Amino acid sequence: MREPTWFRWTRRVGLLVLAAFTLLPIYVMVSSSVKPLRDVQGAFTWLPSHVTLQPFREMWTTIPLGRYFINSLVVSTISSLASVAIALLAAYALSRYRFRGRQTFSVVVLSTQMFPGILFLLPLFVIFVNISNATGVNLYGSRLGLILTFLTFTLPFAIWMLAGYLDSIPRGLDEAAKVDGNGPLGALFRVVVPAAIPGIVAVAIYAFMTAWGEVLFASVMTDASTRTLAVGLRGYATQNNVYWNQIMAASLTVSLPIVAGFLLLQRFLVSGMTAGAVK
Amino acid sequence: MSEAVKASLTPKSAPAAPSRRRRRRRELLPYVLLLPAIVMELLIHIVPMVVGVAISFLKLTQLYLRDWWHAPFAHLDNYRLALNFSKPAGKALLHSFWVTLAYTVVVLAFSWLLGLAAAILTQRPFRGRGLVRTLFLVPFALPVFASVITWNFMGQRDTGVINHLLVDQLHLASDRPFWLIGGNSFWMIVVVTVWRSWPFAFLVITAGLQSIPGELYEAAVLDGAGFVAQVRRVTLPLLRPVNRVLILVLFLWTFNDFTTPYTLFGDTPPRQADLISIHIYQDSFTTWNFGSGSAMSVILLLFLLVVTGGYLAVANRRTEHA
Repeated sequence: MREPTWFRWTRRVGLLVLAAFTLLPIYVMVSSSVKPLRDVQGAFTWLPSHVTLQPFREMWTTIPLGRYFINSLVVSTISSLASVAIALLAAYALSRYRFRGRQTFSVVVLSTQMFPGILFLLPLFVIFVNISNATGVNLYGSRLGLILTFLTFTLPFAIWMLAGYLDSIPRGLDEAAKVDGNGPLGALFRVVVPAAIPGIVAVAIYAFMTAWGEVLFASVMTDASTRTLAVGLRGYATQNNVYWNQIMAASLTVSLPIVAGFLLLQRFLVSGMTAGAVK
Repeated sequence: MSEAVKASLTPKSAPAAPSRRRRRRRELLPYVLLLPAIVMELLIHIVPMVVGVAISFLKLTQLYLRDWWHAPFAHLDNYRLALNFSKPAGKALLHSFWVTLAYTVVVLAFSWLLGLAAAILTQRPFRGRGLVRTLFLVPFALPVFASVITWNFMGQRDTGVINHLLVDQLHLASDRPFWLIGGNSFWMIVVVTVWRSWPFAFLVITAGLQSIPGELYEAAVLDGAGFVAQVRRVTLPLLRPVNRVLILVLFLWTFNDFTTPYTLFGDTPPRQADLISIHIYQDSFTTWNFGSGSAMSVILLLFLLVVTGGYLAVANRRTEHA
């Protein structure tokens, strides 16, 4: 069917307005990151008076950005890998077996995703403080403690998404593997996991992304030495005398790998995330 | 594959019926696989929730934080304090609740409408469609703190782009308004959240549209349906199951959102944008009264459970009748 002219014009104008809305903050971030300091201290200008890469150099010394970066990297990587490893076994059980308690487990996992984070934050804080008081093991303020709290949101999501992904892998594969003399675990690791690699990678990246951007737990459970990017950058941005060009340069730097990863894996992430809603 | 077939034709040593021990092992296997997940769920969700509910009945102030076993029992005092709307604490909580509800409803409406409009506009192929779709996903892919920090810069009164655009270039106001404090802060956080969450609605609705068979549109065209009639009679009814989940997810995300208000306003948000998650957070960590903070969290959870349960009941009854 030929589209009427008015539809084509509505599309053009509508998408243009949405694109402008979408792009405005991105433009501000990118253009401000190459501005000299005096450009961001006065009224906003659309173009830099001259383009400079100095903010990208100076940002590492104005705030301990390198340390934040490493903290975020370590904490996000480990919580992502740990949740995928745990979730893979659980998802295999949920996808391939019918057993008592299966429904209960799924409901618990799904429902914890809708709970407000603050509900877990206060008791976890109290538990951590009391553990360190009783045993001397310091979870509060440590990376390990932060990783544990990050699992509160990465794990249920990983279980849910991986179970859906494994459902889409034909059972015939498992059967063939078993006929070849593999046990259930052999079938999982020799046949199902290789076939599920795209889904596993997508879930791991998504878990990494959510951990990378987490603020609620990180703002409470970290101290000066374990602070993550999300909390460190924000803390700096709300101070009085802000080098906005450096903050924008830092925001851009910490966003680029995440956005690139997301766009590369767009197809898997989108199908994984929307599967639950569409089915 | 042929090897598998061959193997299945010549059973090696497998006995005709698996032995009892083997069957029991098979029955246990799913639980063994689930064990790490169950242990983690207990550690990070179940135990903290039980502890959280327990704390809400205690007078757990800074004094007892290090050994909460000795905190005195508070009966229902924490709940009474939170729900006594004539006292300052209860009044502030109620105010925060209304602000959050208004914020959630407005964000939800705009995100859904923009997502639906963009999904319908990009439903048919045109030049540059792939590029537009990818562009719309970027706000969703960006780390929340990075984009919200940028919005914070944009909302600065003297150096931000918003006032530059509205005051200096479009002359819509003579005086530079504040965006991060005062009444405007509510609309500021609405815009920021819509910017972040409408791409998700777009994503989900686009996926939903792809599952609508093209013949339905062709049939509608044969019936003489124009564009508007097609949207009303084909697109919207068939999107209903997608919308049902999408609206619930958006509601819960927006209502519980902490990162956006915290990054935009810091730990003390303006009164007009005092969202509930940050209200409880701020209340707990400035007064160090975790008892009352936990009581408020439990009340919040009960509210969300009632809303979700009611929503699902109504939505399911509607589909049964449809």
